[in-house]
Amino acid sequence: MSMTLSEDGPWVDDAAGLLVRPYSVTNGRTRPTEPLDLLSMVRATGRVPAHMEPEHHEALKLCEPPASVSEVAAKLRQPVVVAKVLLSDLIGWNAVSTRAPAVDIPDRSILEALLNGLRSI
Amino acid sequence: MGSAAYNSGPAPNSGQIPQAVKILIAGGFAVGKTTLVNSVSEIEPLTTEENITVASVGTDNLTGVERKTTTTVALDFGRLSFPRENLVLYLFGTPGQDRYWFMWDELSKGSLGAVVMVDTRRLEDSFAAIEFFSHRGIRYLVAVNQFAGGFHYEPEEVRDALTIEPHVPIVLCDARDPRSATNVLVRLIEYVIASYTSQSTLASARI
Repeated sequence: MSMTLSEDGPWVDDAAGLLVRPYSVTNGRTRPTEPLDLLSMVRATGRVPAHMEPEHHEALKLCEPPASVSEVAAKLRQPVVVAKVLLSDLIGWNAVSTRAPAVDIPDRSILEALLNGLRSI
Repeated sequence: MGSAAYNSGPAPNSGQIPQAVKILIAGGFAVGKTTLVNSVSEIEPLTTEENITVASVGTDNLTGVERKTTTTVALDFGRLSFPRENLVLYLFGTPGQDRYWFMWDELSKGSLGAVVMVDTRRLEDSFAAIEFFSHRGIRYLVAVNQFAGGFHYEPEEVRDALTIEPHVPIVLCDARDPRSATNVLVRLIEYVIASYTSQSTLASARI
């Protein structure tokens, strides 16, 4: 990418947040390339690819410590699909790794671990 | 945001990524869903928007017109982390309006169970949620939120009024009180474990 982003940085307004239309941050892409769920957990691997868009930087920063896709979307103040597209890029660049939510419900070991956790609050 | 926001501090990629699980918090409008999520969440509850494209039925290629409607559904959620168990619990409030039921379906996939909040001043408002979960075989319990000024009902009166199946627990709670709200979640998970154990349908995850 030849565009220099450092001059401008993301266009931010304190009250309104990012002054960017949702799909312009993804270049109009609305289909994530990774099978991400609202509850997929994402975490920065420590690798920071060069030439990322500001929105990628923003998303990557939200992945340390681990967070769910829904959290990243909420904090980016973007629809979930936008977060999924950005995170898919980051996963493709090995900047983010992901863990799918538990799908094998019910799973006794998860339920019991959760119960232990809740009881110890 | 500065471009030098990253330093080469401790690698954040040690250990396993936690596993996310979810519980749904349902019920009618203003029954205390958000209050309950607030009480137990370790983070300021967040809102995210899910854009859902609903294609029209029978799109044909004669006209070449594809009619699609995009609906935005706001989802509120809170989080509770259990580092020792390497689990993160997300509590999702179901969108209140009935027309977003398709979203409930989407949300209820993979959920451990649901809490249906009931306000005794408007018992009937939570009927739709009870019906939804019982038809879909999703384990749920009913949490009667004790509002000041609300009518006092015995749990069994609530059960009769809302025709709740006998095995479904009914718990009295104060959604504003973190202890009481946490207890609702404990009771739900206990019930989920017990109900699957008695049916012996629990996936044996022991290796």
